[in-house]
Amino acid sequence: MKPQFLVHDAKDNVGVAVTDIKSGEKLSGACLEDGSRISLEAKDAIPLGHKVALSAFKKGENVTKYGVVIGHTTQPISKGQHVHVQNVKSNRWSQ
Amino acid sequence: MKKNSFLGYRRSNGSVGCRNYVAIIPVDDLSNAACEGVSSLVRDTLPLSHPYGRLQFGADLDLFFKTMIGTGANPNVAAAVVIGIEPNWTEKIVEGIAKTGKPVEGFSIERSGDFKTIERAARAAKSMVQTASELQREPADVSEIILSMKCGESDTTSGLASNPTVGRTTERLIAAGSTMLFGETSELTGGEQFVAERMKTPALKKKFMQIFDSYAKFIEDQGADLLGSQPTQGNIRGGLTTIEEKAMGNIQKIGRAKVDGVLYPAEAPNGKGLHFMDTSSAAAEAVTLFAAGGSIAHFFPTGQGNIIGNPIIPVIKLSANPITVSTMSEHIDVPVDKILTLEQTLDQAADSLMEMLLRTLSGRLTAAEAMRHREFVLTKLYRSA
Repeated sequence: MKPQFLVHDAKDNVGVAVTDIKSGEKLSGACLEDGSRISLEAKDAIPLGHKVALSAFKKGENVTKYGVVIGHTTQPISKGQHVHVQNVKSNRWSQ
Repeated sequence: MKKNSFLGYRRSNGSVGCRNYVAIIPVDDLSNAACEGVSSLVRDTLPLSHPYGRLQFGADLDLFFKTMIGTGANPNVAAAVVIGIEPNWTEKIVEGIAKTGKPVEGFSIERSGDFKTIERAARAAKSMVQTASELQREPADVSEIILSMKCGESDTTSGLASNPTVGRTTERLIAAGSTMLFGETSELTGGEQFVAERMKTPALKKKFMQIFDSYAKFIEDQGADLLGSQPTQGNIRGGLTTIEEKAMGNIQKIGRAKVDGVLYPAEAPNGKGLHFMDTSSAAAEAVTLFAAGGSIAHFFPTGQGNIIGNPIIPVIKLSANPITVSTMSEHIDVPVDKILTLEQTLDQAADSLMEMLLRTLSGRLTAAEAMRHREFVLTKLYRSA
């Protein structure tokens, strides 16, 4: 079965949609690093190229992609939600 | 043939090239016409026209000479004819190229005019082409060569698949003893600390951060707010959230490799392994600088479809964007879009890129070469006097 999302690194807590995902859709994903499969349910619509939460986040938690921290959450995020500028900011400077 | 080996041209200084050009190098804008004149008379010659070389000064002039000499010295060049308006700067480039031991001759136009210069230079070029035509390819190993990488028109497929494919291949090539160059100082913004952490020594880390900070200050001095405006609205629409994330997509090209050296623009590496070179992120400028630093072939992953080539080094293009792979197929040497559907693993994609590299090094023309993409673009640091 073709995956709807891919994960770069086994340490990542977000995946990347490789197709346009509808809210409520049952998703199958795969980790590019070790080939492991991940299943979850989308809680939001997630456009192609955008990120989906692989686990629940509290406010202020780090977001990991490519095995490194790429920012932090500005509000709680549930597993399966869209992770983007509405709930994540850079750790480098205030945007 | 042995694993990691190819058929290349061995030069008298021990370097190995994968092409066998007789370059016709103009010192300045005024000499392009004579160089093109020589090239129209003598087959298999390569004129390298460019718009600069007059009244440059300081660091900008140094970079100009380094780039022109490095281009002529590249192992893909068998011999070179240099033509300039006046003798001094012409001789400086001739002497620089002559250090490699390859045949090189200089001609200046003042007191001769274009016609007499073209005749003399064409006679030299004809003899060089005949000599070069007798050189044979010999078995060589990837541990003997310098390669480079840079991406362009990137999108989310670049970070997901085509850049990691280059990263996996880079890890293998470095393990096999190759020398590899990467750069794009501006595109590392937001991820510069990740690159700094890959430096093998504190001295390298310091040099890298000095280069990066000086670039950031240059942008600031121009009144631009690059840091605050990244990622761009287009990036955000595509799904990139933070500047760290954008930079990491780019950095995938070096895989997990550590960095052995930090180079100034057009500088040749002084050892094996992975080297960072301070370059622009504009494709043709960066590839021209890598070639001047001694790279003999280049990996170019693209998302939306950058079509760049270079006159002296083959540019191998790969893409994981299925739309680019199908609508721009004539430009793509290695499609890796099957990674996104799990029909191909990263290791399989790296196998296909490695195979295409070895075939290209042995003489196969890349898409860009077959389509006459010869973008030779000098980096200019500031305006001339």
